[in-house]
Amino acid sequence: MSQRIIVIPAYNEERTIADVVREAVKFADRVIVVDDGSRDRSGELARESGALVVRHAVNRGVGAALGTGIEAAIRLGADAVVTMDADGQHRAVDAGKVFERLAQGDVDFVIGSRMKKSDDSGHMPAHRVLFNTIGNVLTFLLFGVWVTDSQSGMRGLSHQAARTIELRTNGMESLSEFLKEMKDKHWRMAEVPIKAIYTDYSMSKGQNFFVGVKVAIKLIFRRFIG
Amino acid sequence: MHAIQIVLICFAGFALSRVLIRYRRGGMRMLHLGLWIAFWASVAVVAWLPDTTNLLANWLGVGRGVDTAMYLSILMSFYLLYRSFAKIEDLDRQLTRVVRANALREMEEDQRLSAVERSK
Repeated sequence: MSQRIIVIPAYNEERTIADVVREAVKFADRVIVVDDGSRDRSGELARESGALVVRHAVNRGVGAALGTGIEAAIRLGADAVVTMDADGQHRAVDAGKVFERLAQGDVDFVIGSRMKKSDDSGHMPAHRVLFNTIGNVLTFLLFGVWVTDSQSGMRGLSHQAARTIELRTNGMESLSEFLKEMKDKHWRMAEVPIKAIYTDYSMSKGQNFFVGVKVAIKLIFRRFIG
Repeated sequence: MHAIQIVLICFAGFALSRVLIRYRRGGMRMLHLGLWIAFWASVAVVAWLPDTTNLLANWLGVGRGVDTAMYLSILMSFYLLYRSFAKIEDLDRQLTRVVRANALREMEEDQRLSAVERSK
């Protein structure tokens, strides 16, 4: 029987993690929360809500947490892995859509795109559209891959992709590094429209100008130095 | 000799002594020892005999010896900055590997204990 696992990296997300996990378990056989060295009760609440919690002893960043979560999923026998954010920005029903797309078997990697329009699409705030567009352009210039939402935290990986992915970056820049891996390893890719829920809380957790600059520097370093 | 020359020569001597102490404690490779000795010895020579930079400046076509020293210092600073950044990145990755290995080992141990509990 195929095993679907959702991976959620979490750092100080006690306000939202319980609800996110309770929804996620409806669309997966297992939910893994990677507690990335939180100083609050994120891990405890995630466990009480039905997730398997893997804990980083110290905070290593979202990319490192995703790498750990994907590795844990493979060790637990995952046939497909979907990642989603812990801040409540993603709907678990969209994770289900990503699993469905992977189940068609013709792709290895699926991006849940907030920029791709559908009947169900939400409205992305203008500054987020700008950050995403810059992220898309930078990802294209550095890695030669064009997608509509290079910074989406909702991604799906087939067993093969999850088994072979090697993320070297630790922070938000890993979102673009996924696409480098996709290109280097010749994964077949699809994008599925998803709806993001923007709350004051999720907006406060996302990218800002300074994070964007740091991500850009790290990506350039990753591209040219290794 | 001007005061600034004495200060620079003393500083180069101090830096050289630190390099030698570090090497003797085993904290530095022979290649790096040679490079640092060459660098601080050059600083001492240039401070003592500033006109030596003019020879290098003429050879490089820069003009003034002081300008050559400034250009080389800036180049050296950028290189050291790059080396530091690369080292930090490397340490960052190694730390993540350790933290990840530990987290996964704990997960597997918890899984094993849960399986034992269930089988009772």
